[in-house]
Amino acid sequence: MQKILLLGDEALAQGALDAGLSGVYAYPGTPSTEITEYIQASKQAEEGGIHCDWSANEKTALESALGMSYAGKRALVCMKHVGLNVAADPFMNASIVGANGGLVIVSADDPSMHSSQNEQDSRVYGKFALIPTFEPSNQQECYDLVQYAFNFSEMFHTPVLLRMVTRLAHSRSGVECKSPKAQNLLNIPTNLKQFILLPAIAKKNYAGLLGKQNDFMSHGEKDGWNTLTLGKDRKLGIIASGIGYNYLMENYPDGCPYSILKISQYPLPVNMLTRLAAESVELLVIEDGYPFIEEQIKSIIPTPLIIRGRLDGTLPRMGELNPNIVAQGLGIKVPDFNIVPEVVKPRPPKLCDGCPHISSYNALNEALSDYVPGRVFADIGCYTLGALPPYNAINSCVDMGASITMAKGAFDAGIFPAVAIIGDSTFTHSGMTGLLDAILDKSAITVMILDNETTGMTGGQDSCAFGRIENICLGLGVEKEHIRVIIPLPKNHEENVKVIKEELEYKGVSVIVPRRECLQVIGKKHRRR
Amino acid sequence: MKTDIILAGVGGQGILSIAATIGTAAVAKGLNIKQAEVHGMSQRGGDVQSHLRLSDKPIASDLIPQGQVDIIISVEPMEALRYVDMLKPDGWIVTNKATFNNISNYPEAEDIYNELKKYKNHIIIDANTIAKDLGSSRSANIVILGAAAKFIDMPYESFEEALMSIFARKGEDVVNANIKALHAGTEAAEKYIKG
Ligand SMILES: Cc1ncc(C[n+]2csc(CCOP(=O)(O)OP(=O)(O)O)c2C)c(N)n1
Ligand code: SF4
Repeated sequence: MQKILLLGDEALAQGALDAGLSGVYAYPGTPSTEITEYIQASKQAEEGGIHCDWSANEKTALESALGMSYAGKRALVCMKHVGLNVAADPFMNASIVGANGGLVIVSADDPSMHSSQNEQDSRVYGKFALIPTFEPSNQQECYDLVQYAFNFSEMFHTPVLLRMVTRLAHSRSGVECKSPKAQNLLNIPTNLKQFILLPAIAKKNYAGLLGKQNDFMSHGEKDGWNTLTLGKDRKLGIIASGIGYNYLMENYPDGCPYSILKISQYPLPVNMLTRLAAESVELLVIEDGYPFIEEQIKSIIPTPLIIRGRLDGTLPRMGELNPNIVAQGLGIKVPDFNIVPEVVKPRPPKLCDGCPHISSYNALNEALSDYVPGRVFADIGCYTLGALPPYNAINSCVDMGASITMAKGAFDAGIFPAVAIIGDSTFTHSGMTGLLDAILDKSAITVMILDNETTGMTGGQDSCAFGRIENICLGLGVEKEHIRVIIPLPKNHEENVKVIKEELEYKGVSVIVPRRECLQVIGKKHRRR
Repeated sequence: MKTDIILAGVGGQGILSIAATIGTAAVAKGLNIKQAEVHGMSQRGGDVQSHLRLSDKPIASDLIPQGQVDIIISVEPMEALRYVDMLKPDGWIVTNKATFNNISNYPEAEDIYNELKKYKNHIIIDANTIAKDLGSSRSANIVILGAAAKFIDMPYESFEEALMSIFARKGEDVVNANIKALHAGTEAAEKYIKG
């Protein structure tokens, strides 16, 4: 069969489509965005009437998918790792109610924080919720594993987690596809109380989930996603998970002399681990992310084996792995390499020339020039780049929505004026509830909702806020006179400074909406025409 | 056959089109390929790179090991130097001469060229001017691909065929402009080597 070149994300998406998917629910976030975008562009999805519009945030996405699963159909949820924090409540409780139609939750981690605030490891969440977790190591496995995951989810009536990492999500390779399966028919759960988490039912469901753990594990021992290969040299046994396995094999082009346990399915296969331990003098764990396996095997393996990995410094505790780091961990000598000369200067990302956020920041900086600095609470999006010179315009960026609520807390503590900077997509993701808090509490903050009419940072996806920001603010209770729409253009600078200054001094909640479309999106529309 | 390539440039300079062309050519030849791209934050005018691996055997890692790159193909000269730690001793650097200066401490262009010339195998051509002279300033990236084509272990025609299939959708003029850019890059590289 002809192979097609697909990103890991795309292979996963195509695998889900061919598994009879009925809907994908997602909020954009690097490196998960391309899964949903692939489905949005797919003819197969269009013909199958597959749901693929963006959700307002990861929590609404997961809950909608759970509803689709309730109805007996297969649903996929995609997010970046920090999105799973937002969706943690439905995630933890979905594991207790279980699934009806297959429910696969994809969380894409970003070791080394290429485009993220942290490098949390989603596998920890999988264990926390006691649900099966899968970790593909290459593009073909992305395609195949998501299909297995859907079947597994239906077989055990449980949601399952599929963990991706940046390097796999954004790397292309040839993938062989199978013929597509039909979508499930509508099928309401036989037990109409299964999804009601009243304590009496929840206790029963939870006991059921605990009871399935052994089955989850025994499938991991025999279904072929975890494989144990005993080597000629028993000095070392290697446990390699996900793409860690690739970096290991890269170092042994003619075959690895040591025993290898390749892991792509959790809970960990205890029998395989015990067997490997019995056959080895020492163990090395190669995993991209937290020392997740390394920590667990200390309580699984009875003998006092030496276990090496990220915890003992054999591999670095943080950051993504690569073939060289793994070679060093294996004690393989890496050849000398050239030193990058000093003329090479860092080239950090920055706001595009002419970006509307530039005019917003220039106006804000001037409006604030008479106040002591340190009062601008920002959020996540292209506008976070306002942290860098020449703007140096913001003082915080923590998690989506935290701008408004941190400004509120800072005001409550006595900082006035306090400014919140939030993008349109971030506002509807998780800014609205914080704004309601500020309004009810009459906290005197100035909220600037930078409306570039798109989700810019992740490549220009439709924004749920489009065309409704003023009405949302009015509905929540912001006074009409204190909702000010401005056009962030250099020629409007003086006027915009004046508006901002007026609202800074207002002793209540005011909202300023600088509105101008993102240049990248304009460019994209233009090229399409 | 095995060729490990680093593609380098600044976000928006079209290194993914170079990758797509080489990738398409390789798949048509039945080669294995892995290509790690950079998406997200750094696409906003920051440095971007892609690891592109071609082989007639299975490829394990999506990332190329340090010191094992056969060719650095760069659309910007300072960006070519950013990855010299990845280059193997007899590897090639094929780079655009035209600088992309969007930072305040961008070095003197001459200093960059002098550093590049310290590597035994290098080609520095002004792809922007070559593309402009051809009347298609947007195909500077394909000019650079043309300059590097001879060092990638695939028949030259396979690049032409790949360009045809990639740009077919955009009409014959675009296909021809890109093939011309490819040829011009190859010629410029030959001239550069002859000195
Ligand atoms: C919980 C969570 N989900 C997703 C992301 C990824 N993300 C960062 S910024 C952003 C979009 C920002 O869009 P907007 O607020 O409109 O600002 P813009 O980039 O357009 O300026 C997204 C999706 C994240 N960091 N955290
Ligand atoms: S992508 Fe859009 S919002 Fe982001 S920096 Fe560029 S113009 Fe501004």
